Amino acid sequence: MSVLIYTENADGKFKKSTFEAVSYARAIADQNNTSLIAISIGDVSNNELNLLAKYGAEKILNVANAQLKNFVNQAYASIIAEAAKKQSADIVVLSNSFSGRGLAPRLGVKLDAGVVDGAVSLPDQSGGKFTVKKNAFSGKAFAVVELTSVNKIIALTPNSYKIIEAAKPAQVEDFSIEVKASDFKAMLKEIVRSTDKVSLPDAEIVVSGGRGLKGPENWGMIEELADLLGAATACSKPVSDAGWRPHSEHVGQTGIAVSPNLYIAIGISGAIQHLAGISSSKVIVVINKDAEAPFFKVADYGIVGDAFEVVPKLIAAIKEHKNVA
Amino acid sequence: MKVLVCISNVPDTTTKITFTDNNTQFNTNGVQFILNPYDEIALARAIELTDGDKGTVTVINVGEANTEATIRKALAIGATDAVRINAKPHDAWFVAYQIAQYVKANPFDLILTGRESIDYNGSKVAGMLGELLDLPSVSIIKKLEVDGDKATVEREIEGGKEILTIPFPFVAGTAEGVAEPKIPNMRGIMSARTKPLEVLEAVEVKTNSEIISYETPAQRGQVKLVAADDTAKLIDLLHTEARVI
Repeated sequence: MSVLIYTENADGKFKKSTFEAVSYARAIADQNNTSLIAISIGDVSNNELNLLAKYGAEKILNVANAQLKNFVNQAYASIIAEAAKKQSADIVVLSNSFSGRGLAPRLGVKLDAGVVDGAVSLPDQSGGKFTVKKNAFSGKAFAVVELTSVNKIIALTPNSYKIIEAAKPAQVEDFSIEVKASDFKAMLKEIVRSTDKVSLPDAEIVVSGGRGLKGPENWGMIEELADLLGAATACSKPVSDAGWRPHSEHVGQTGIAVSPNLYIAIGISGAIQHLAGISSSKVIVVINKDAEAPFFKVADYGIVGDAFEVVPKLIAAIKEHKNVA
Repeated sequence: MKVLVCISNVPDTTTKITFTDNNTQFNTNGVQFILNPYDEIALARAIELTDGDKGTVTVINVGEANTEATIRKALAIGATDAVRINAKPHDAWFVAYQIAQYVKANPFDLILTGRESIDYNGSKVAGMLGELLDLPSVSIIKKLEVDGDKATVEREIEGGKEILTIPFPFVAGTAEGVAEPKIPNMRGIMSARTKPLEVLEAVEVKTNSEIISYETPAQRGQVKLVAADDTAKLIDLLHTEARVI
């Protein structure tokens, strides 16, 4: 047996969430006294591939093929499943990213494996059971899921496991398999990246605005604050419903669930649906002029005050802090 | 075009989530169940695509008799007919397997699910259906346009989007942006009662996951309030105490 980790890249670079998943997979390999094999698909340099050894990969399978440079859900799933079989991997780990969510279920069927998506902590293998804790009820709870199958797929929630250095000597090996033509039915036409912005699901800091900001024209200060903190911007549902901000920024039960180190909520009252999407944030700051806003009940730090007065002062204070530091 | 929309019956978004039996059962006492919000988006788009006699929309649910109110709601919104596979939806694999059996006997041009259900947040049924039926699947789409025998979809990725073309038939999970949910009108509500709802028995299948318990998130301590004119203090706390900046 062994553990296989699929290491997702974006434009040839591994993301932070990929290294988190490698560290997580390393820990699972250690739990089972077995080896960790990484598989990378796409156009990734040897230098970048070797970074995987730093976090504990002992063998790095590199699938470099022009046809596979960009994500093709079916083809990638076929390759990862084949690699798992060839390497006798009974546990496959990947990031619960947008692509990971496409792969995990297909891998589950291909490998006759139970799937845990949105995992938030290491498996518990005591008492002959294999259980994994995962997000449930859109952040309002966790479910502990037992996988009863021999093969297991775990998709790790970004920002829920720390990157740990555990260097191993590792070799990069070319890996190739025949992929059937019908795996390429979905054709990529274009990738549109908003390069100037931090991606919301991966962000360590999120600055989020609500109806209290009164209109889209007032988002300048939210963006400035986010820029200063290297943060992603987000919003509440009424804001995206009103078209002030794109749906991709909507955080909450029916939007994106985030788990950043710091979530700053500005002018958001804290409806239960919004709180569901942000409850796993490590530190929550709330700025709201209504001292009775429910958001204060789940916040770590709060300022009762008008966003239009507080946010510019906050921006000034961060600039000051940066000058001193 | 024949469209199949897979729907889930989930707790209303305002539900306070609690558990019973030593945290092993979800407490459904007093909980209002609704059509999963992401499935509502899938249904709305399916209705738009088939509007004006351009096709039919079938909704399918794997659930026990108590999901029928949600199925009738989908019919009231505008689905043509409905199928219920009479079984407890054990896990995503069980649900996908049941739906795949149905689709093998009753082919569709397009199969939509919501991107995830708001109870177990799996986003697995679309991908599993794709694999079981050997069809392309896209996990989370924000846009879906039909162009002859293929569709153009926008797939969400971290910090951007991908635009793909996919030939029919395929499976996709819909998110916000694909369509605005539709509110049933009086005619829809009246006709929903008489629209066909077929109940089928489930096929036996081995499952490979089991929820054994639940936990609720740790309570946070009392909020530390900082004066509105002392933002420097907040930055200091975030830097030295919380250590997040």
